[in-house]
Amino acid sequence: MKSKFQKIFKGGLGQLTIPIIAILILVIFNLIRDPSFFSISVTHNNDGNIVLAGNLISIINAASELAVLAMGMTLVTAASGGQDISVGAAAAIAGSAFVSMLKSGSTITGGTVLLAFFYACLFAMAFGAFNGTLVAVFKIQPMIATLILYTCGRSIAYWINGGATPTVSSPIITAIGSFIPGIPIPTPVIIVIVVAIIFKLVFHFTSLELFTQSVGINEKAARLNGINATWIKLLSFIILGLCVAVAGVISVSRLGLINHETILLDVEMDAILAVAIGGNSLGGGKFKISGSIIGAYVIHMLTITLYAMKVSSTDVKAYKAIVIILLVVIGSPVIKSKFTKRMTQLKNRKTKVSTKGAL
Amino acid sequence: MKTRKEFLREPLTDTQLLMTITISIFVAMYAVAMGALQGGFLHAQQVFDMLNDNASLIIVSCGLTIVMITGGIDISVGGVTSLVVMACILYLNHGGNVFVAALLALGIGLAFGLVHGFLISYLEIQPFIVTLAGMFFARGMTTILSVNPQKVEHEGFANLRSTQIEIPWLGYTAKNGNIVPARIELGVLVAVFCLIVVFLILKFHRLGRGFYAIGGNQTSALMLGINVKRTRFLAYVFSGLLSGVSGFVLMMHTGAANATNAAGMEMNAIAASIIGGTLLTGGVGNVIGTFFGVLTLTTIKKIVVSSGLNQPWWQSITTGGMLCFFILLQSVVLSRRNKKKKAT
Amino acid sequence: MHDECLLSMRHINKYFPGVKALSDVDFTLRHGEIHALMGENGAGKSTLIKVLTGVYQNDGGEIAVEGEKLHIRSPQDAQRGGISTVYQEITLCPNLTVAENMFIGREEGPLIRQKNYVKRANEILSELGIPARGSQILGSCSLAVQQMVAIARAVDMKCKVLILDEPTSSLDDKEVQVLFKLMRDLKSRGVGIIFVTHFLEQVYEVCDRITVLRNGELVGEYLTEDLPQVQLVAKMIGKDLDELSSFGKAEVKEYGPDDVFYEAEELSSSDALPFDFKIHKGEVNGFTGLLGSGRSESVRAIFGADKVNGGTVKIKGDSVKINKPIDAMKHGIGYLPEDRKRDGIIADLSVRENIILALQVMKGFFKPISRSESEAFADEYIKALNIKTASRETPIGSLSGGNQQKVILARWLLTHPDYLILDEPTRGIDVGTKLEIQKLVLKLAEDGVSVTFISSEIEEMLRTCSRLIVMRDRHVVGELKGEELTEAQVMKTIAGGNTVNEE
Repeated sequence: MKSKFQKIFKGGLGQLTIPIIAILILVIFNLIRDPSFFSISVTHNNDGNIVLAGNLISIINAASELAVLAMGMTLVTAASGGQDISVGAAAAIAGSAFVSMLKSGSTITGGTVLLAFFYACLFAMAFGAFNGTLVAVFKIQPMIATLILYTCGRSIAYWINGGATPTVSSPIITAIGSFIPGIPIPTPVIIVIVVAIIFKLVFHFTSLELFTQSVGINEKAARLNGINATWIKLLSFIILGLCVAVAGVISVSRLGLINHETILLDVEMDAILAVAIGGNSLGGGKFKISGSIIGAYVIHMLTITLYAMKVSSTDVKAYKAIVIILLVVIGSPVIKSKFTKRMTQLKNRKTKVSTKGAL
Repeated sequence: MKTRKEFLREPLTDTQLLMTITISIFVAMYAVAMGALQGGFLHAQQVFDMLNDNASLIIVSCGLTIVMITGGIDISVGGVTSLVVMACILYLNHGGNVFVAALLALGIGLAFGLVHGFLISYLEIQPFIVTLAGMFFARGMTTILSVNPQKVEHEGFANLRSTQIEIPWLGYTAKNGNIVPARIELGVLVAVFCLIVVFLILKFHRLGRGFYAIGGNQTSALMLGINVKRTRFLAYVFSGLLSGVSGFVLMMHTGAANATNAAGMEMNAIAASIIGGTLLTGGVGNVIGTFFGVLTLTTIKKIVVSSGLNQPWWQSITTGGMLCFFILLQSVVLSRRNKKKKAT
Repeated sequence: MHDECLLSMRHINKYFPGVKALSDVDFTLRHGEIHALMGENGAGKSTLIKVLTGVYQNDGGEIAVEGEKLHIRSPQDAQRGGISTVYQEITLCPNLTVAENMFIGREEGPLIRQKNYVKRANEILSELGIPARGSQILGSCSLAVQQMVAIARAVDMKCKVLILDEPTSSLDDKEVQVLFKLMRDLKSRGVGIIFVTHFLEQVYEVCDRITVLRNGELVGEYLTEDLPQVQLVAKMIGKDLDELSSFGKAEVKEYGPDDVFYEAEELSSSDALPFDFKIHKGEVNGFTGLLGSGRSESVRAIFGADKVNGGTVKIKGDSVKINKPIDAMKHGIGYLPEDRKRDGIIADLSVRENIILALQVMKGFFKPISRSESEAFADEYIKALNIKTASRETPIGSLSGGNQQKVILARWLLTHPDYLILDEPTRGIDVGTKLEIQKLVLKLAEDGVSVTFISSEIEEMLRTCSRLIVMRDRHVVGELKGEELTEAQVMKTIAGGNTVNEE
């Protein structure tokens, strides 16, 4: 028992230590500030469904898109050693494709929604493949390669929409964006869980994790062991494309409309941040998807906490910045090594004292 | 004298090659625009307008180029610029002094640069994350200072702002027969000054060569006796300082501040640097290239507008296309070059 | 003057987490002396060098140059103290000019006077006979020239202590001689040179004294003429050489035409000129030649590691196409690359993951090896090859060179190859592990595996290979077997005295 505890204490959590500590601090801070902050109530929503409500639910719900994107971003980061800064723009394209497909039919049924979702996936995967080709085949740095789509992605979305901000209203869309009747948990949260399970299954039934890490750590060696590094990198961007489509559809369904200018604005920065807070190296290589998911929730818990403290939505960024800096400073290699040095010094002194005592 | 000849004999460096490509494409594009679209493109004022509108972008791009040469990135430049504009305008409108406002601008920029540099260089935190936080902080502070748009009401500053340099012989004759002289804003002079200073530092100062050295190979630079940490630290200080200058210049250009000031400027600056031949991997790049990168970006936009493609999406789609073209071109040129090098 | 103490390091200690890398090591260097620092990998040579150059800081002890105490906290401190280093890996900036690389970091004044630099650089380069121009971009020079530029820089810095850390491993014989001339020249000027190398012959050629380290401790300091080569090796490995001589010569087997496992005609790649090659089942053959002779490029072509341009390949008589590593792997070929760090290990992944990697790739993307299965594999090979690691989940990057090499070997053995290509499997690893690997090669051959073995040490190849293919200037210039397998004959063929069999 003691050894297990010690193991965890000694960094058995590894890269997850910092994000978990961050969550704990935020939780404790909120509980001190307002003991009822995390209370969950059961209420009826406008449609008359029994649903769960409360700050905790809204945090987890609001972070859904970010969590999905962070998962894909982790894979891209690991394989290519760079980040995709076009996910927001690509989500706008996917969302527009989704809406335009729904609009093309006369009625919205489960079938058409599914079809529209596949259509959105197709678009997002195609643009993912475009980014991936630039990175994997032309060996362009991911950030530069995706700068192209970042620059013009939202305009392409605008083009698909024909310059308008079309709305869609249907019970099915509402169900995707908020609650499925009879289930008290917000649908986006369920989608995140499903996506996470799919990732877990993919890692279990394929060698994606091992191959991606190998490529990210040492591409030359991976190639000499028969791994098709180009394909692995391309694949990571295509998988991120799927995540983008899911995030875009959640976001569109939440609002019931697509606004190409504002949908998932600046989400790319948050997604990269989630990956980094999750303890993953932005230089690629070893990764933990779970870290990035926790990272996404840290970001949103912070945001909601600030909102609860009456900080206006535009000012939140400044406070967020301070917390981010604190987190990365604590996690920085220099601080870490100084800390361990100090600890061993203390330990040495202790043992010295005790041996002296024995004498 | 022998050495100069020797320099001429050497093949182009990667930096020179990429810069040459950019400048040629810019000249070709502008020439085509002059021939095909005529209109404004025939007047010198067109070029000056491009400079007037983009003086602050040129300044931040210089800073970003330095950072990119060291192999880093600074995405806070737009945010800092916006914060400086807001802070200075509020200060001036509360009866401040123009000179102190300029110092305030430099001070804010310097402060960001110092913090970024310290965190990145001495605490070894990833530059993307640090400057992302810097951007968030600067944008957040801008709205904390004021959510509402502000306009300069300071008289002294208004005078400074309206001061323009007129060059009659580069002007043109308007329809009513009056000669309209070419006008250049003071901000452009500041931008050109910054450009020259950065160029000279990069080329002739040991600090500048240090930037290239740590971008080329950091461990080697350390072994060669370069203070890598201080050099990298100073790169971010430069970038921050130039963001401060950029903010002041932008304020002179617009005379107003709002929360979305300089939105997307960081990405434009990165795009300009890339088009100008700076590689994000570090060690390769030049501010002259960056300058032409800014001009190329602006010219594309002007051409799109002049060709009558008025729908708002065309500008960014053509910019994206152009960026794609340049990025692919560089990738192909450099990889062919490396292959050739390997073969010999 | 000659015996006056130039550099003295006393009671140097250095700890790493969990390891004592140096304990109480003394080292003395005199004026005008070439002093070899010898030891196995992990003996503490490189740690001692890094302490001296300020890359690491010592946890105890004193360093003095000409009697003056020095506190070395950074490479700059070392340079200021007159200590310069030339490393095995080039530590210059490829994107700057040769002249800049010689003068950067030690400019007088803040401004760079390129023209001045180029002029001075050209003078120094021509004085030392280095074929480079000052205005050239360093990246456009060959590796050997880059190395010499690094030495030129150190020479120009009027250093008192020059450390050469394995400078000869990327140079050919001619370049080595130029370097030695340079070293003797510097020696006559009173510079003290610390020479770290794996090549014993070179030590006896240029060095005055030898200091031997083992396991982070000082074994002793000797005059070169007092220490025969055999004893030096004995001091380095701390055991007698009986084991070394226990190897007999590889026996010559006769092969029939049906025994051919792999046969290539006119095989060529982007890096290798066309060559013919065949290997029999259970045969150990070797490619030999100087560095850059094309030996590594040729075996890379066999494995499909570089772009294959042409040629026909037959495996067990069937015509096959090998364009990519995976093609070769599917036909039972394994390849241990020359540069372990760059091409072999996946540093951050665990020993276990590194071991199963190749097998996993062969099984395919959709058939992952289960955790328990992979743990069993890892344990099996850690035991079989005697890999020294804290656990199977330890990142391979934290293992010593020899153990990393064993992990890579385990990776290929796990695929149960029919044909294993080993490119310099024993480079930079200790003698003990070297012997283990040589034994393993012979055992594999007994079990019917074909092995191609490449090594820079001819003696080692003579012990293991029954047939040697000799290359020079990217061409095969001879094939030696049986009675022809003598060191003298191999040397002759490499040097081009007379060629045997085919030309």
